[in-house]
Amino acid sequence: MELLVALIIGVLTACGVYLVLRRRSFPVVLGLTMLSYGVNLFLFAMGRLTIGRPAVIQADAAGYADPLPQALVLTAIVISFAMTAFVIVLALKARSELDTDHVDGRGES
Amino acid sequence: MNPEIALPILIPLLGAAVSVAFWRHMALQRHLAVLATGALLAIGLVLLWEVWHGGILVMDMGVWPAPFGIALVADLLAAIMVVLAGFTGFAVTLYSLVSLDREHENFGYYPLLQLLLAGVCGAFLTGDIFNLFVWFEVMLIASFALLVLGGRRTQMEGGLKYVTLNLIASAIFLTAVGLLYGMVGTLNMADLAVKLAQVEAQGLVTVLSLLFMIAFGIKAAAFPLFFWLPASYHTPPVAISAVFAGLLTKVGVYALYRVFTLIFTHDVGYTHTLLLWGAGLTMLTGVLGAAAQFEFRRILSFHIISQIGYMLMGLALFTPLALLGGIFYIVHHIVVKTNLFLVSGVARRLQGSYELRDLGGLYRSAPGLSVLFLIPALSLAGMPPLSGFFGKFILVRAGLEAGAYAIVFVALLVGLLTLYSMLKIWAEVFWKAAPEPTSPSPAPLQGPERLLLYAPISAMAAVTVAIGLGAAWVYDVAEAAAAQLLDPALYVEAVLGRERLQ
Repeated sequence: MELLVALIIGVLTACGVYLVLRRRSFPVVLGLTMLSYGVNLFLFAMGRLTIGRPAVIQADAAGYADPLPQALVLTAIVISFAMTAFVIVLALKARSELDTDHVDGRGES
Repeated sequence: MNPEIALPILIPLLGAAVSVAFWRHMALQRHLAVLATGALLAIGLVLLWEVWHGGILVMDMGVWPAPFGIALVADLLAAIMVVLAGFTGFAVTLYSLVSLDREHENFGYYPLLQLLLAGVCGAFLTGDIFNLFVWFEVMLIASFALLVLGGRRTQMEGGLKYVTLNLIASAIFLTAVGLLYGMVGTLNMADLAVKLAQVEAQGLVTVLSLLFMIAFGIKAAAFPLFFWLPASYHTPPVAISAVFAGLLTKVGVYALYRVFTLIFTHDVGYTHTLLLWGAGLTMLTGVLGAAAQFEFRRILSFHIISQIGYMLMGLALFTPLALLGGIFYIVHHIVVKTNLFLVSGVARRLQGSYELRDLGGLYRSAPGLSVLFLIPALSLAGMPPLSGFFGKFILVRAGLEAGAYAIVFVALLVGLLTLYSMLKIWAEVFWKAAPEPTSPSPAPLQGPERLLLYAPISAMAAVTVAIGLGAAWVYDVAEAAAAQLLDPALYVEAVLGRERLQ
């Protein structure tokens, strides 16, 4: 399971970085979203991957799933959701205002 | 338990919330903004007074004891920064009452400005690294909205770069926070300081510290991560530029100061040498970039970058005197830089442009403004007896004592080039004859507009002179703040209690 999660995070981040480096604003927005997915998954995995454990310490359980990264990731998801919404609106507005979706505001070249 | 530590966050947040509730009552929003920022300044001063006399103040949110809850911590550096945030916020609010057009005000300028101040103060006061991330985001979302408020073409273009690069910085920051938690299982900064020292794989800690350095370096606009700043800072209305110039990058610098004095001090020889290289290159690229510009606010924007280099230099040398100089420099810089932006706004109000070639003759037509420009401009370049001179003097002296001659040379050279830039503005905007007006000249300043434009500028110029003349007092405060930074045990003891220290 570790390998799978690590691969997913790696692929998401790689795609995110590639897309952020594109020249048009839509791929950049998608890239930022993928980057934030990758980071959120990573943050989640930092609480260690556990299955079938109680979230809070119980006397008779063998261990517990760390609830803190889940709380952190929830916060991070909410924040990145708001940021993505803002970036999309901004990119749309820039597109209509500048008549191009080039991130430098220049036309085809 | 010191509930007053939460007030610098709660007051602007409350002001913003009430302003949003009275969305259409512009007069009420304006009064509320003045009241809230004034109260923020006052509470900042009270906080500074208490910390100066009583040592580091701590408040555990929700009475969850640290390290389990989120702690708010006010040490001297944090208190100084809150005072500066309050002062800048108050001055800019007064200025924007008359400088901002109706269109911007109606789109929620005042609530956004207060939200920004809440985020900034939160970042200064928090003692929890994830909470720092949250306050950064609060500050960022407010700054995004302020930056593109009004929606002109240039704002859109600059805004997109600003937003993208800052979001990438946030992603790196969050990754670093995750790694930190995965490694030691805590987020409280004092607890981190204790536990990271016990980690066996110190190499990993160094890697982690570099992630933080990059994330905060982007926010602080350090070399080579500053490209968002000159692309965006000259685009919004001048009141917004001024508050950004004064406060936003300094939050990044503050975070660097906090993290690299409290948490990551295990390998100073490596991390702080890197910072020193960054500092020198930041100074140079910023000032050279400014030399190539011929637009009032673009020149000033590049100078923000070069000044960030001086603050990083103080941190990078990591001696008591150098940190003292860095803190002194931050105090000086926030006041002076905000003031210069406000002056550029008045110049535009009088002659309708920010381009140096379209401006001119202000020495003749507005002699008072020329003096008010010259004070911060010469202070920025480091002329005695103004505030910038002492900031540079302390840093240069610290550099000489530490034997870092290269950085001292760069610092002095950059000082000279700064003087060149400031004199370029002086010669073009104030000294040369006024160019033939192409469009009908704007109405002359009078009445309350004149008063509200000039009052913040004059107050800030007076503070610049006062810091210069009363440098000994600021020196004492900065010295105590630097001493607190260099002794993390004080911070840890204040947050976690005495018994955890052993």
